[in-house]
Amino acid sequence: MSASAAAWSGAAPTLRDPAARGRLTLLVVGVVVLWPLLVLAEFRPWQLFTGGNAQVMANFLGGFFPPEVAPGFLTLLFKATLETLAIATAGVALAVVVAAPLAVLAARSLSVSRIGPGPGRARGAAMRTATRAVLTLLRAIPEVVWALLFVRALGLGPGAGVLALAVTYGGMLGKVYMEILESGDTRSARALLEAGSPRIAALLYALVPSTAQELASYTVYRWECALRASVVMGFVGAGGLGQLMDQSMKMLNGGEASTILCTFLALVVVADVLSAVIRRVLA
Amino acid sequence: MNPAAASAASPPERLPRCRACVALALALAAAVAWSFLYLAVDYRQLLGAESLRLMAKFIGEFFPPDMSPAFVAKAAWGALQTFAVAAIGTLLAVVGGAALGLPAAGRCGIAARLAARLVLNFLRSVPELVWAALMVIAAGLGPFAGTLALALHTTGVLGRLYAETLENAAAAPERALRDAGSGRIAAFAYATLPLVTAQGVAYALYRLEMNIRMAAVLGFVGAGGLGQLLYFHLSIFQQAQAATLLIAMLVLVFAVDSLSALVRARLLPAHA
Repeated sequence: MSASAAAWSGAAPTLRDPAARGRLTLLVVGVVVLWPLLVLAEFRPWQLFTGGNAQVMANFLGGFFPPEVAPGFLTLLFKATLETLAIATAGVALAVVVAAPLAVLAARSLSVSRIGPGPGRARGAAMRTATRAVLTLLRAIPEVVWALLFVRALGLGPGAGVLALAVTYGGMLGKVYMEILESGDTRSARALLEAGSPRIAALLYALVPSTAQELASYTVYRWECALRASVVMGFVGAGGLGQLMDQSMKMLNGGEASTILCTFLALVVVADVLSAVIRRVLA
Repeated sequence: MNPAAASAASPPERLPRCRACVALALALAAAVAWSFLYLAVDYRQLLGAESLRLMAKFIGEFFPPDMSPAFVAKAAWGALQTFAVAAIGTLLAVVGGAALGLPAAGRCGIAARLAARLVLNFLRSVPELVWAALMVIAAGLGPFAGTLALALHTTGVLGRLYAETLENAAAAPERALRDAGSGRIAAFAYATLPLVTAQGVAYALYRLEMNIRMAAVLGFVGAGGLGQLLYFHLSIFQQAQAATLLIAMLVLVFAVDSLSALVRARLLPAHA
């Protein structure tokens, strides 16, 4: 408080921001880092308005109205929506099966060997590191590459899409589950483990009750992402909305594209409602 | 309510909740079962000798990765470009998300709130790949289209998260400043903003991690970076080069995830 005391005692109090130097440094560093990134990303917004690009875009977007509502197309759309829902649900269900055991293995808050010095401490740490590495490997390789792998076994179709989702989303869910299990209040789990309870009991009675909502809402969010990932799955002929969208975009049929986008919007709203319902039931 | 009544009432009170739990669990199980039945995929093929051989052959083609200095340099360049696309896209989304999150949190009246939420939901519900396809039309092939696509989709996601954070933040500090006569902007900047900054940065870092992966996929529609290289080499069956690119992707994802986890751990209290 000496600075404010000096300011009060002086004739003309000079107000200056004590954090100014830090902020200025941050700003300069930010600009220095940002500039090469902008160059690398070829960030040229004026491109949007040169050479008739805006006109092409306006024409294309103009084609979005009115949305296509012919009964034949709506039947096709309904079938594709069902297919997308089935692929996303099956994929995320398998992903949870992949993610849950890996997350439990990797979570520090469920480690017995970390409680005190004893045998197995190094082995436990190695086990967790290995599990984390597996999770990174699963989620760092794009869905499309996994899909190309499973196409070799199952042929073109929804099966490859489901398995690709299961693997990639298994890696992502596993990592986030692990972080949720570690970042919540872990004292109750520790107390149980110290009293000699098995890890499964510590998980189910201490960690899951306090984190269930967060786990559920993230899982539903991933399901929503899986619905959107069906666009990627169109690449391996998995069918669904993605393939329909691909066809409409390639034929520059804006009316069909806008109907499909409206379907995506509706599905996102459904996911929001589902997430709210599940969280309320778990509360 | 006296204690006896409370204890007598509590068992029936628990029942409806559990009925809801059971109903929800059954509904979810039914949905999952329906999905598998609807798709009717024969997963046993996966473990057949022929499929295992084909998959092993596919994986085997990736080894050994092409480690010639020229190609490694190309992969590193692609990784840098992917990082740039994801970082700039996320940064633009932070700006856009904050701009839309404020009205979406109900700070500019009910009409603005509904309108902002509608815009955010729309931005979020259009898949990144579709945004990328549209942006390629608008801005031409290249990383800029990918940056815009990520920025648009992520604005939708971050805007909604920011709106929720703003709504959940304690209102008392800002009201205290307002009551003491400070302006609206000053009150927000000095009372509410410090409360939500850490959470906002953490969300942005989370999205950055996801956008790194998404930027890699966006390359498939011609948006530059590792994805475009990967698509190119996979489509001409150069698996050795593809393997190098996958390794670059793995390194990039691992580096960004670890850095972001480190920053997030320092930003937030242990129980946040």
